[in-house]
Amino acid sequence: MPVIKVSINGTETSVEEGTSVAAALFNNGVWCYRTSVDGSPRAPLCAMGICFECRVTIDGHAHRRACMESCRAGMEVVTGG
Amino acid sequence: MVESIEAAVVVVGAGPAGLAAACCLGEVGEDVLLVDEAPRPGGQIWRHRQASDLPAGAHQWLKRLVATPVRSLTGTAVVDVGADGSLVAESAETTLQIRGRTVVLATGARELFLPFPGWTLPGVLGVGGGQALVKSGADVRDLSVVLAGSGPLLLPVAALLASRGAQLRLIAEQAPRADVVRFGAGLWRNAKKISEAFGYRWQTLKAPYRLGVWAVAAHGDSQVREVELTDGRRTWSEPCDLLCCSYGLVANTELARLLGCRIDSGRVEVDRYQSTSQENVYCVGESTGIGGAEKSIVDGQVAAAHIAGESGQLRALERHRTRLQRFSKDLDRAFRPRPELADRLLPETIICRCEDVRWGDLDSRWGIRQAKLYTRLGMGPCQGRVCGAAVRSLCGWDADSVRPPVQPCRLSSLMRGSAAEI
Repeated sequence: MPVIKVSINGTETSVEEGTSVAAALFNNGVWCYRTSVDGSPRAPLCAMGICFECRVTIDGHAHRRACMESCRAGMEVVTGG
Repeated sequence: MVESIEAAVVVVGAGPAGLAAACCLGEVGEDVLLVDEAPRPGGQIWRHRQASDLPAGAHQWLKRLVATPVRSLTGTAVVDVGADGSLVAESAETTLQIRGRTVVLATGARELFLPFPGWTLPGVLGVGGGQALVKSGADVRDLSVVLAGSGPLLLPVAALLASRGAQLRLIAEQAPRADVVRFGAGLWRNAKKISEAFGYRWQTLKAPYRLGVWAVAAHGDSQVREVELTDGRRTWSEPCDLLCCSYGLVANTELARLLGCRIDSGRVEVDRYQSTSQENVYCVGESTGIGGAEKSIVDGQVAAAHIAGESGQLRALERHRTRLQRFSKDLDRAFRPRPELADRLLPETIICRCEDVRWGDLDSRWGIRQAKLYTRLGMGPCQGRVCGAAVRSLCGWDADSVRPPVQPCRLSSLMRGSAAEI
């Protein structure tokens, strides 16, 4: 599978094309996709667009669901918000 | 920017039901628009990175879709319904106003999550959630995994995880042994499902498959480290890096509700032709009752035949569907969540994950409305899609209404590009 480069929290990393942003974060050891109202770390629960636990900032757009988007070359993903 | 699109038939959802409806209509020359929010068609069950990852049956439907003149819009979520009945959808870049003479809803199902202490820890996800993450490219090699919950999804997901190098420690089915055995015996009518089940179990033989066992708590600091399980008498812990835990599926009915379709017992009510209570709105697949991909495909074919006026095929399709509906009923009965699942909730256990509403914040004398007003339960970004089913099961509260938009969207989509409309 072709490999593309994306940036995760400022660090460039390689991912296979077609990988979801959620899976790319998972493969890069990210366990906190967002921080909850009371400050605890959260990560995907449903992984299919329902729970909104995996929302991250993608290319400057906040609250994007990581499970619903495929990685694109040059994409910048910021977690923990 | 707002784009306007028209089609004779708009199909919402490109899983097995929506694909079948769209392909069958497209093949007889109907003007069809197929809309799905995922990057590729296939729905959850046929989620894939490349078509070669898919089983032959799924591959065949995707090939049929490409061969038809059906217009397919992926990465596009329907978020609202306009005053004129048009559907408002948005992609990453644009807002679309979609008008169709006929609408076919194929919005599928989501997992039923029942809260337990520690279920918000990273690394705790649904059974289908684990499957979706792996199908989307997550690498689970050498991770230690416990699968818990209920229903026939446990075994195929266990098999998938094992095939990708995960170390399965335990598959825990909460349903009592007697119910699972009765369900298995009822499958004699369906040899294909029996051989599938044996196949999955064969691939996961290294892990114990325990019946009448359920997860009561997950422990860890910033991620899950172990899960506590019980068989009702004894409680023990299993270390794990991932805990996949969910209790079967619930229908996605939000868009149907917004369109005014009648809902019955959490499912969109349909007649024998898959027509809803709203004129020119059909509903197919899991949204009309959980029955699996095979039933979803037949639903889609029935709706397509009815819309296209091809009554010749209807009778045979309906017979096939009746057989599959029996399976759906047996499924419901055998894997019903046991009442003890709520026994170990603590006052600090989170029920609504979006707003961090805890079990102790809720009062059993309330209804859903009080719970929303006093605590913000169900008022976060998921709009009660997760906690709604949980409080229905725990407190008997029914989330009886839906408000637009059906999911968070851009303000410009609500405004449809015109300030005059607000």
